[in-house]
Amino acid sequence: MNHIAFADQPQESMHHPQGFFSKYVWSLDHKVIAIQYGVTAIMVGVLALVLSGLMRLQLGFPDTFSFINPNTYLQFMTMHGMIMVVYLLTALLLGGFGNYLIPLMVGTRDMVFPYLNMLSYWTYLLSVIVLMASFFVPGGATGAGWTLYPPHTLLPGTPGHELGIIMMLVSLGIFIVAFTMGGLNYVTTILQARTKGMSLMRMPLTLWGIFTASLMGLLAFPALLVAAIMMMLDKLAGTSFFMPALMSMGEAIDHSGGSPLLYQHLFWFFGHPEVYIVALPAFGMVSDVLATHARKNIFGYRMMVWAIVIIGGLSFVVWAHHMYVSGMNLSFGFFFATTTLIIAIPTAIKVYNWVLTLWRGNLHMTVPMLFAIGFIFTFTHGGLSGLFLGNVAIDVPLADTYFVVAHFHMVMGVSTVMVLFAAIYHWYPLISGRMFNTALGKWHFWVTFVGTYTTFLPMHYLGFLGLPRRYFSMGEAAYVPESAHSLNAGISISAIIVMLAQLLFIANVIWSLKKGPRAGHNPWGATSLEWQTPDVPPKHGNWGEKVPEVHRWAYDYSVPGVKADFIPQNMPSEAVEMEDDSPQGERS
Amino acid sequence: MSDAKPTVAGTGDSWSGLVSDFSADKETFPIPWGKLMMWIFLIGDTFIFGIFLIAYMAVRMSVTDPWPDTVELFAMTIGGTTFPLLLIAIMTFILITSSGTMAMAVNYAYRGDKRKTVLFMALTAVMGLVFVSLQAYEWAKLIFVDGIRPWGNPLGASQFGAIFFMITGFHGLHVLGGVIYIALVARKVHKGHYEKKGYSIVEITGLYWHFVDLVWVFIFAFFYLW
Repeated sequence: MNHIAFADQPQESMHHPQGFFSKYVWSLDHKVIAIQYGVTAIMVGVLALVLSGLMRLQLGFPDTFSFINPNTYLQFMTMHGMIMVVYLLTALLLGGFGNYLIPLMVGTRDMVFPYLNMLSYWTYLLSVIVLMASFFVPGGATGAGWTLYPPHTLLPGTPGHELGIIMMLVSLGIFIVAFTMGGLNYVTTILQARTKGMSLMRMPLTLWGIFTASLMGLLAFPALLVAAIMMMLDKLAGTSFFMPALMSMGEAIDHSGGSPLLYQHLFWFFGHPEVYIVALPAFGMVSDVLATHARKNIFGYRMMVWAIVIIGGLSFVVWAHHMYVSGMNLSFGFFFATTTLIIAIPTAIKVYNWVLTLWRGNLHMTVPMLFAIGFIFTFTHGGLSGLFLGNVAIDVPLADTYFVVAHFHMVMGVSTVMVLFAAIYHWYPLISGRMFNTALGKWHFWVTFVGTYTTFLPMHYLGFLGLPRRYFSMGEAAYVPESAHSLNAGISISAIIVMLAQLLFIANVIWSLKKGPRAGHNPWGATSLEWQTPDVPPKHGNWGEKVPEVHRWAYDYSVPGVKADFIPQNMPSEAVEMEDDSPQGERS
Repeated sequence: MSDAKPTVAGTGDSWSGLVSDFSADKETFPIPWGKLMMWIFLIGDTFIFGIFLIAYMAVRMSVTDPWPDTVELFAMTIGGTTFPLLLIAIMTFILITSSGTMAMAVNYAYRGDKRKTVLFMALTAVMGLVFVSLQAYEWAKLIFVDGIRPWGNPLGASQFGAIFFMITGFHGLHVLGGVIYIALVARKVHKGHYEKKGYSIVEITGLYWHFVDLVWVFIFAFFYLW
């Protein structure tokens, strides 16, 4: 069969949708789908934030709030974790930003399979609805912790061990279907539908992050799916995959011979890559934000690309570092500690490169830039505590303490959210066509950034004291000094202040949508293709008459001898205006 | 960065040549989008089945009760003679043969022979259905004659029923899904839907079908021969 590459095909005729529903609801346009994904994800994310606030109220001021009892506390904790990791971060980074940016950045008109893309969103929405419904079923949502470890997940005594866990597993299954449809689209679009001149090694790092993360998702979610199916059968069909023989409430349970460790292996074979599914798009986006606002090319582009790919690959062979205290064979610990520490190398390369990108740059301290720099701090911080936990001997006393909570919130919670804010502020002028309020944005940044440290730094200390995570209250344990209790109250207060500060962000986004000044074309002076559309915000079909042709990589900032301090990717060398006194020569 | 010299595959510095060939602009793989998408999906699906089978191995290694003797359990008695693994041999034969008919359907599709394409696709789908029916028969025998349940097994390890029904059931659903997929595509081929678009969809359907067959070979080896 004669196969013609997409970029060589003659101009296709676009069918423009008419009417409100086909334009904004059942839309096939990747930009509308992205916004649908983004708004849904942020809405459940706000819910998860409120849940964490309720947890902090209990921890900071025990015995004060009658509506929080041990059961509801565990439910809040479980749902907070699950929503944040899967339904907010994965959905917002890949479903939201992936959808919006991939076609614009590679210079195509839409995803390769727009219909599948739309289906992906509606399936995701269904999974969210099922998850929300689990709060209202008899027994409430599951309270097993976001890892859903058996056997306690299915035993009486854990809240939501009847319907709650079923709803959770069904919702995860639906989410995986949704993600698969989306992820296939993202990967295929990046591989096959790039415009003329856009080689893989000219792509902005955002795309490399999203591409690798989508591919990882397609390989990691199967493990979660299998674990969910097996647990579902344990629950409904009476099998014993994960359930050992146990006495529960004075009676022997109906199961015997299952292996809880098998579940942990399956879960973390998904769970660890999931950390990087969330982190890699963030790595990519922060690189682009830093380069644009520092008016400098990203330092070590090729190294950055390979670091992303290598981190993605390595993340599949480190999963059991979550299981050092699970009773797994100790020699496994040696292997997994080694692979875990090896990941620090490409990660450190990335951090050095971000810092060197800033070095002697022409830094514009805009709101997105502030968040991007904030990310470098929080990520380095969380990464360093990861080195502690990656070593078996140090992990054993620290496992399941507040140190772990502090570590993963710094490294994948706060850091990723910092990048999300940077990205939302950075691309807001493109998506809405309006500029946000800068003063409000800076307030938002400083309260969030400082509040992050006042919230999570003391948790490291509490972890060293041996305070266990997931406990409803610390009670009278002798090893917990009085000061730790007041520290907990302080953490809660700062967490709630940070939470309230997010209202500034929401107000800013909504207010600027109508009242913000018009952003105009390419307000940050960025080189990548998404800023070069004929209309702002880009219209259906993105590129008007003709798709762009790419002539250079995405990081031509402050090129010596060139008049402007940036050269868009689609500008041919002949069109670049040189400074008058510089020798005429091609530089790109 | 713009110094992307045209590189001929197999010449010069081979690693960087490979990278720049692979990352050149436009399309990374000179195949239709749908076909690449199916390949990537199948890699993900390989992970699903791979993890299922690894879980099976983990279970098999850790059980303390004896595992049922598969040669006896899956034997079939016809006219007083007991043939070990006869039913499963027939099922496997049918499924592998259906891969052959699917390949012929792809061949005729690219030649533009609509009638024969539909014929061979229908044949493939029918064989898929026969496979699923025989599997249902086998399940019925295990459940009603041998008394094997997901939660118990009179012949030994109770995990046997659980893992057997789960994995063969998951595979059976894949076959059933494939039958529906083939039927839908065959109907569209019959209606002439692909005369302008080209018939790569038949090959894509075929990829899925061959994958389902290949997975069966592994399940066969792990459950019936081990």
